[in-house]
Amino acid sequence: MQTAHHEEGTVSIVAVTGRVDSSTAPELETALKKLVEAEKTQLVLDLKEVEYMSSAGLRAMVSTLKAVKRVNGDLRVASPSDRVNEVLRLAGLSSIFAIYSTREEAVKSY
Amino acid sequence: MVRTLTVPGRYDQLEAVCQFVTVAAELAELGEKEIAHCQLAVDEACTNVIEHGYGGENVGNIEVRCEVAPGILTITIHDSARPFDPAHAPAPNVAPTSLDDLRIGGLGLHFMRQVMDEVQFSYENGGNTLKLVKQKK
Repeated sequence: MQTAHHEEGTVSIVAVTGRVDSSTAPELETALKKLVEAEKTQLVLDLKEVEYMSSAGLRAMVSTLKAVKRVNGDLRVASPSDRVNEVLRLAGLSSIFAIYSTREEAVKSY
Repeated sequence: MVRTLTVPGRYDQLEAVCQFVTVAAELAELGEKEIAHCQLAVDEACTNVIEHGYGGENVGNIEVRCEVAPGILTITIHDSARPFDPAHAPAPNVAPTSLDDLRIGGLGLHFMRQVMDEVQFSYENGGNTLKLVKQKK
């Protein structure tokens, strides 16, 4: 798994590539939590290039969402791959996250 | 045809286990989505063994056995951890109405039951055996 982070105005975008499983999810959670700690609270998680995600990845996302909501921010999901969409649906999380079909739409939503 | 892979109980072995199961699923002529379901189920099963069974990494091994037949893959996962009783596993809330309502624990077992045709736990030979079956639709 790789993560790449950049800013567009007040929005912080984290793009994830590869596998998000129990081996790599802690790294994703750390990357996201560091942004929240740095008071970056308008987050977009771009999951277009995620080839695989298990419940460990969902736990990292939910944990970050709870942390950022506490400081009146949000974690919005952009362009999830089919596999990510399926695990979100299976976990009942499709309605918990704001999900956008493109990164641009997710950034503009703030 | 039967293939077996034994790995140390570590999260960095999950990808190798998924690849092993993928090859077996392809030999069983399962479809792309069915193969993805096998990968997810096996990943969640092995993660549960490491996290809840062994209580951490590098405590014990995990043996993954794939029995390949045309249109059907039977995966058996064996560990030497303490007995696991699925009846006592926490159930996730998969219809949360709010973030406060959300309980994320127990998703692994829920995923296995959602995506596989058969999920069966037993305790034998000093360890847990989980049988997962996926059939081509």
